[in-house]
Amino acid sequence: MSATFGPLERISWGLYDTAVLTWRNLLRVLRNPIYLVTEVVIQPVLFTLLFAYIFGGAIHISGASYLDFLMPGIFVQTTTFGSMNTAVGLAEDLEKGLMDRFRSLPVAYWAVPVGRVLADLVLDAFGLGLMVAVAYAIGFRFHGDAGQTLAAVGVVVLWGFSIACFGALLGVLLRRTSTVQAFGFVAMFPLTFASSTFVPVQTMPGWLRAFSSHSPITAVVDTVRHLVLDTPGGGSSTLAAVAWSLAVLAVSVPLAAYGFRRLTR
Amino acid sequence: MDVSEPAIRVEGLVRSFGRTQALRGLDLEVPPGTVTALLGPNGAGKTTLVRILATLIRPDRGTARILGRDVVREAFAVRSLIGLTGQYAALDELLTGRENLRLIGRLAHLGERRARARAEDLLHLVGIAEAAGRPVTTYSGGMRRRLDIAAGLMGSPAVLVLDEPTTGLDPRGRIEVWELIESLVRQGTTLLLTTQHLEEADRLADAIAVIDRGRIVASGTDEELKRRVGGEVLEVRLADAGQASRARAALEPMAAGPVRVEGALVSVPVRHPSGAVVHAVRRLDAAAVEAEDVALRRPTLDDVFLVLTGHAAGADPEPDVWRVA
Repeated sequence: MSATFGPLERISWGLYDTAVLTWRNLLRVLRNPIYLVTEVVIQPVLFTLLFAYIFGGAIHISGASYLDFLMPGIFVQTTTFGSMNTAVGLAEDLEKGLMDRFRSLPVAYWAVPVGRVLADLVLDAFGLGLMVAVAYAIGFRFHGDAGQTLAAVGVVVLWGFSIACFGALLGVLLRRTSTVQAFGFVAMFPLTFASSTFVPVQTMPGWLRAFSSHSPITAVVDTVRHLVLDTPGGGSSTLAAVAWSLAVLAVSVPLAAYGFRRLTR
Repeated sequence: MDVSEPAIRVEGLVRSFGRTQALRGLDLEVPPGTVTALLGPNGAGKTTLVRILATLIRPDRGTARILGRDVVREAFAVRSLIGLTGQYAALDELLTGRENLRLIGRLAHLGERRARARAEDLLHLVGIAEAAGRPVTTYSGGMRRRLDIAAGLMGSPAVLVLDEPTTGLDPRGRIEVWELIESLVRQGTTLLLTTQHLEEADRLADAIAVIDRGRIVASGTDEELKRRVGGEVLEVRLADAGQASRARAALEPMAAGPVRVEGALVSVPVRHPSGAVVHAVRRLDAAAVEAEDVALRRPTLDDVFLVLTGHAAGADPEPDVWRVA
């Protein structure tokens, strides 16, 4: 049967596997109410409210309300953190032997990581929608037109996809949930905080500003911020944001694919 | 698929992990419709062989074919022919038993309707129809293993491979799994199962292949093997371990294989169990050896190994390659 497989059949076969595994990953979340409530619902809402009310009184941004300044940062931070779910999910499947079961079935080798990434994107989208709703209720507004708003969503989704693929690479590289979690804590907090996520980088000391202003997170946040606040001069950050996203993809996808193939040594 | 092909044919399989040689030229053949037990201690290479057959890892040298399909060059085709149940239940704990089986059925490309129907059939077959709607976290060890076996059967594989299907189960769970395997055998499923227990191989298999340090050292029916081992084992517990060598000398003439002495325990393989106890007591009396207890027991893996390989079971360590390949 497999000998007669053309490239199109192979792709549609793998897409079916991907759809089945995406559904399985989402079903797992529905079956885990504590995770569903804390990670998927409470965390984005909590982040929005905490940062808006704690920092909102202390930080003054010229020409914008802090909430409008903050929300693009929170969108990007949430999708960036989301990549750790991708890594932990894959490491868990490796640890529990489920990856072996999937690999002993006639399943396309790329369907397991892609199904994981797609499920995490769905969860990201749900979290983003929820955050927008909560932020709207306390006064957040998109200041750009519909095109700019769509573009903002597009930039967040592109970054979310890239960083989730990086998460897939981490999962297959580190292979243990405990290692992934340790790495995530050490890497994700500095990466998202040492950026323009919560405050303008101009307020940081020189050495930190040098790091923060070149961070991919800053590029993505600044791009989304320009689109949300409808401020001019977002061109260079847009270029950097798209370039960073594509670069992360270009590194993560082939290496993750190699990692998954190397499981069969 | 060629009907005349053996279900499994393995020739000269070699596989190392770093400096550990897990398989050193292993040959094995499993005819269709039969049950073969691969009997050996931890580290003998059983799991490595199973992982190669399931296309999870590749051999360094040698070939393995499932119904004529090469596990390396035709790995994708082999995955539709082989069902695997590993040592650790590979189930999604958050999903229900039914959802687990349907998931496997879809990934085996049965199509939605057949995946659902087969899941129901197998839930009944393995006796967890009533718990099918509960998440796997609520299942007992025996239930998990039975569900795992059902998962291995979902794609109606030509060959089912069970890697130590009862390891880690309590006695009740073990009997549940044995009964399930026996019902599969009655249906003519081609089965390769690995085990560390002669009793298990004896009970379930048509043919037994004994594996030691990456090679098959003996194979045959359980009767043939036991004839080589010498049937049953007479165990004499001495009142004084200092009399062991005298006991050995007294019992040696009735032994069908090497006599083993461990402290005050003397083990003697005997060919004809009837009368052996009486015989032994007389011999010990004549040699003025005081025995606390004399009993017959069935041979264990240790006895088989001692006779077949000349050394005790439990040889080289095998890396823990099952979970983290």
